[in-house]
Amino acid sequence: MIRVELPAHLRTLAHVNTEVRLEIAGPATQRSVLDALEARYPMLRGTIRDHVTLQRRPFLRFFACEEDLSHEPPDAPLPDPVASGKEPFIIIGAVAGG
Amino acid sequence: MSNVRVLVGTRKGAFLLTSDGKREKWDVSGPFFAGWEIYHMKGSPVDPNRIYASQNSSWSGQVIQRSSDGGKTWETPGGGPQMGPGGFPVGESNKFVYDTSAQTGKPLTTHQFYDGTQHPWEFKRVWHLEPSLSDPDTVYAGVEDAALFRSTDGAHSWQELSGLRGHGTGPKWQPGAGGMCLHTVILDPKDPGRIYIAISSAGAFRTDDGGATWKPINKGLRSTYIPDPDAEVGHCVHHVAMNPSRPGVLFMQKHWDVMRSDDAGDSWHEVSGNLPTDFGFVIDVHAHEPETIYVVPIKSDSEHYVHEGKLRVYRSRTGGNEWEALTNGLPQSNCYVNVLRDAMAVDSLDSCGVYFGTTGGQVYASPDAGDSWAPIVRDLPAVLSVEVQTLP
Repeated sequence: MIRVELPAHLRTLAHVNTEVRLEIAGPATQRSVLDALEARYPMLRGTIRDHVTLQRRPFLRFFACEEDLSHEPPDAPLPDPVASGKEPFIIIGAVAGG
Repeated sequence: MSNVRVLVGTRKGAFLLTSDGKREKWDVSGPFFAGWEIYHMKGSPVDPNRIYASQNSSWSGQVIQRSSDGGKTWETPGGGPQMGPGGFPVGESNKFVYDTSAQTGKPLTTHQFYDGTQHPWEFKRVWHLEPSLSDPDTVYAGVEDAALFRSTDGAHSWQELSGLRGHGTGPKWQPGAGGMCLHTVILDPKDPGRIYIAISSAGAFRTDDGGATWKPINKGLRSTYIPDPDAEVGHCVHHVAMNPSRPGVLFMQKHWDVMRSDDAGDSWHEVSGNLPTDFGFVIDVHAHEPETIYVVPIKSDSEHYVHEGKLRVYRSRTGGNEWEALTNGLPQSNCYVNVLRDAMAVDSLDSCGVYFGTTGGQVYASPDAGDSWAPIVRDLPAVLSVEVQTLP
């Protein structure tokens, strides 16, 4: 079981109030987690990664276990605590303000 | 008595403003999609309960929302937990993919960029949604980078009308300061095959065969800010308006100049007349008087606010050239707002109502064709678009 934390706007869009819990078949990677997330919540397709290129949208980042995983290869295994559900895979929006 | 529903898109959400035919007392609901930019909302002319909305953010990109109950509830078409063949989600209401198929016969891959080089088309957002005049499930989307898409399944899926980008001038199109956006889509009520669109900065275009083939319609436009002021394309058209009873007559607010065409865009002539400045964004036509048009002059392209600190709508009852300032109820000192290109609309009640929203968050209404104005709301986020539905 993988735990995924979404930014507030995407929780609203997906109609969820808390973190999302997903079952992943096979290794837990960025790609497999996002595939499962989008399969369960199709309204999120295109909002985290581009429809066509599947590249992460520039103003979103992927954090886990106090590390920035945004530039890791999409098929690299996620840290064990994420794969085991101990720690969440965090999708976070870049801070903006002024 | 009829009612009106004003659809307001802002930098931070959508609002619905409703009133009876007197248009004196208003109910305000929203924000819907709080925190997201709502570039445009528009209702179907054949099913007013069907409303489409373009929702966007720099973080999460484009989302299309749809209501089937007049804006009470919304859905992302196909966004529920539905699975198609192979377990893939169905319904990709925000998937706008440019047509690069061999069938188009052209690569359709680049346009002119700010530095003069060729640049690939990249989808950024939907600026304008134009529902069909006959089918509530058919809707057109004008997007940035400039292209026209159509959905025939209630915005579940989108297909590009690639003949527009493919007609030959595409590599000469270039973005304005606000991006290379297709912001105006006008459907001809008397000729289902005829569609007008406008792009900043490319100009106006027309199809007479339902979108298969297109041609530029910019003859008569003169833009001194481009190398060839009379070029076939490259003009920064800000908005185009038409009265449905006279679809061959078009009015245009260009970057500078207010223009008119009496031959479906084949030629244009200037009708700026006595306007204090002919820079601006919005232009609209009275619902029942096709020679009565409205603009909001803006001081200049480097100072995007109204002239002399006075918010004035200018009305011409002669189809242009002779303009009168409408000021009753509008601030006439210390006002420095802008009115963006899709932020004016007219209703079709007997006494035509005119509505516009400002970058200062005010939405003004006039129930008497512009003679007097009053704010419906004063403190919304910056207004990006205003549309109105006249309800039975």
